[in-house]
Parts: sequence; C-alpha cells; structure tokens
Amino acid sequence: MARLDHALQTLRALDDVAAGARNRGQPDPRALLLGALACIVTAVSFERHTVAALLPLALFPLALAIRAQLPWRLIKRTLMLAAPLVLMVGLFNPLLERETALLLGGVPVSAGWLSFVSILLRATVAVSTTLALVASTGMPVLCNAMTRLHVPQALSLQLWLLYRYLFALGAEASRMDTARQLRAGAQPRPSLATWGALLGQLLLRSVDRAQRLHQAMLARGFTGSLPSPALRWRMADSVFLAGWCSYFIAVRMLDLPTLLGQALLRGLT
Amino acid sequence: MNAGAVRLKGLRFDYPDGTPALRGVDLHISPGEGVAVIGANGAGKSTLLLQLNGLLLPTAGQVAIDELQVSRTTLAAIRQRVGYVFQDADDQLFMPSVEEDVAFGPRNQGLPPAEVQQRVQAALQQVGALHLATRAPWRLSGGEKRAVAIAGVLAMRPQVLVLDEPSAGLDPAARRRLIHLLQACVQTRVMATHDLDLVLDTCQRVVVMHQGAVQADGPAQQVLADAPLLARCGLEPPLSLSVRETSR
Repeated sequence: MARLDHALQTLRALDDVAAGARNRGQPDPRALLLGALACIVTAVSFERHTVAALLPLALFPLALAIRAQLPWRLIKRTLMLAAPLVLMVGLFNPLLERETALLLGGVPVSAGWLSFVSILLRATVAVSTTLALVASTGMPVLCNAMTRLHVPQALSLQLWLLYRYLFALGAEASRMDTARQLRAGAQPRPSLATWGALLGQLLLRSVDRAQRLHQAMLARGFTGSLPSPALRWRMADSVFLAGWCSYFIAVRMLDLPTLLGQALLRGLT
Repeated sequence: MNAGAVRLKGLRFDYPDGTPALRGVDLHISPGEGVAVIGANGAGKSTLLLQLNGLLLPTAGQVAIDELQVSRTTLAAIRQRVGYVFQDADDQLFMPSVEEDVAFGPRNQGLPPAEVQQRVQAALQQVGALHLATRAPWRLSGGEKRAVAIAGVLAMRPQVLVLDEPSAGLDPAARRRLIHLLQACVQTRVMATHDLDLVLDTCQRVVVMHQGAVQADGPAQQVLADAPLLARCGLEPPLSLSVRETSR
C-alpha cells in the first residue's frame, strides 16, 4: 500500500508542477501533445537494435522538464515505477539473440543485449516525455487539448474520469489499509482471507464513492462531455511544433551521434 | 429574489432494494426562505435533498422548482436553478486549481469565457476565498475546501441552494464564517444538518424528518424548543437553547 501512496503522491506532485508551469506560461497544450506524440513515434520507429541514434531524442523531454521545472527526483521516481515492466519486456532478449553484433573495446556484445538496451532507452524516452508533458500541462488541460484535437470524446473523457477516480480509489485503499494495520497486531502482512475482504470492501466503497463524485459533477451541470475552454494557438506554438518535428525528422534520417563523433574526430585530427 | 420556490407533493422514494426512504412528503418552501431539514441518521434527510435537483427521481409524487417539475427531461434546467453543496467537499473539488474548479459549473452552462471569469471572481469574493484562486484544491484546509465548494455552486447563480451537512468537520472559526456566508445568501436555502445551533443562526424554519416522513414543520425557535418532539425523533435541543433555558 505504501507503493500506492507513493504513486499517488507522485501524481499529486506532478499536478503541482503543472500548475506552476502553466502560471509561468507554456506553449499551447495541443502543440505540446503533438510534439510529445511525434517524439514517441520517432523513438518507436527505429530499428530494434538501434542504441546511439536514440540518444538525441532525450533532448525533447529534457527541454520540457527544464521549462516546467520538473524536479529530477520525480523523473527518477516515475522511471523506477515503470522499470519492472520494462525489464520484464526486455530481459529475455539477451537469452534469445546470442549472435555477436559488435565488439565494444574488444568485448563481444550480442544482438540481444543491444535490443535490451534499445528497449530501455525507448522506454526512458517515452516515459520521461509523457511525464514532462503532464508536468507541463496537467491532466485536465491535456484532456481538453485532446478534445480540441478531435480525439473521440469517449477516450479523453475516460482518461479524465480515470484520473479523477484514481485518487478516490487510492485514498479509499490507503484508509482501509491504515485501519487494518492499526488492528493487525503482530501480523504486518494481511492473510489471503483478509486480502479478499479488503478488496471486496474496496470495490463496494469505490463504487459508492464514484457515485458521489458523479452526482457532484451532475449537480454542476455535467452532461457527459468535458468542459472544453477555448485555447489560443499562436505563431510561437507553430514554431515550437515545426521546430521539434524537424528535429525528430533529422534524428530519424541522420545518425546524429555518429555524425557528431565523426565531426569531433575530424576536428581533433 | 422572487424565484426559487420549492414544492414537494406526495413525494415517495424507495431504494432499489425496496427500502422506503421517503413516505409521502408534502412541503412548500417560499423563495428566499432558509429551511433546515433535521432528523436522526436514516430519517431521509439526504434522500430528500437529492430529489431537489434530480440526483434521485421520485418513485411517486412530484418535486417542482417554481413552475418547473423535476423529471428526466428537465434535469438540465433544474440543475441551473438548484445548486447542491455536498457533505464531503472532496467529492466536489477535482479540477487542478480553485478557479478552474469554480469555473466548472459555469462552463457547463455554456457561458462565454469573460462571463465565466467574472462569475468565478464574484463567487470566490463572496465566500472570502479570492486569495485561494490559484491554489490546488487538495492543498486547502477543511474550511477553505467547504468555502470553495460553495463558491463552485454560487458561480452557477442558482435560485435554490441545497446544502448537505454544511458544518461537518469545520473548526469554530470556519463554522462562524460559514454562518455569516449563509446569512448573507439571498437564495432559497435548504440544508440537512445535525448542527442545530447552526440552524438557529441561519434558518427561519425547521422541518423534522422521522422514518421518511415529516414529523414537524414550523419556526426554528419553536420546533427546536420542543424537547419531547425532538426526543421522539432521536434528537436533542440545541446546546444554545438548553443553556438559555438553564440560565433562566
């Protein structure tokens, strides 16, 4: 349960960062969303053994994070949360692809290890880009941007409600677990039967809470569609999006790290 | 304010499992009147309140706000007229900042941005929370959350303000601010509460509910001084009246 609390705190902290970022002024959330999407698509589009050529993509989340003043520990915490899944996906590659792909300082490196590192890098780029995007806009603003980009209402609304209910569910689970711990005595871990009872109660209480939340929204005129305040697209947003898209195309078409390395070597010789 | 009359006629409501919650309630509340609905737990207070803006629809009988009857087809119009403040402010506040949360209702009403902004400012000013506009709702204290929840409803300019346990969980200072706020409201006010001292300070009229039916309906001072009636309905006279009685 401590992990759940931790994850929810991370989300709350992201909201705080987003509020600050919006107050300081950010590009239009649609530009940020499209830019982030372009970055992730570029990362995914590389051949599966690519490693070095992926590195320049980290510039985009880095720039967003710096602009939003996203604390480094939040990025680290979120990457750690995603790490088990990424490791599980990539861990079998070194076992399955054993042929040597390159020699690194005389040490043979198998194709499996290359694809494993590539998966790690792609996941890092994707997670940190998403994180920086949410930290720059905030989830409700992001959902509004999706609506304005004509993403089906069902999807943006689901995302928005999911985000809202996540906190309600997390708070409920946390309260129940605290109540259990206070009467757990010498049994710090719940038994299977206790887990069953807790989960059953959590489901019932969550449904009840979700109903109250929904009623509170209905009472303020919610009719099933998101309030979608107008956004203003400026020339600077076009420049932002065009600039980053050009950069992603360059990263994809040219192997920038190799070119940079060659240029440096030429300079040195 | 001339609009905001509430009329309940033969109102019955059964929960889906068949449990009767309201057993034929007749009530008329005049525009601008402050009415407290009191009663023991399970008396039907909250169920009654939820009928006023169609969050629950009657099993039988009628609910009308002015000439408009509450039904599935009139829900949008009814919810513009009746604002509902929930017992737990956390149920109500969910947008990333206070001002965006207060703007949620007016935006749903389809108002132009300038009008939304003006209403948000006015509502926050009215509840004394203008300084909280850019704060995140989950960072606020209980009293601040309650004030912002009320502002979120006031921004919709309702004719009827419905409040479920408005003083629950408030410290004395926040409770006093709430009393001043409610006293200054010109709308028709209907509140369900166990805080009978709050009732004395803010409502002219009291409706006592017991087992889903109205047991008494009259001036607050008179009803709340009727100790046998209150005892029958699982209630006690408010502390301020008891103290006054003792000091005589």
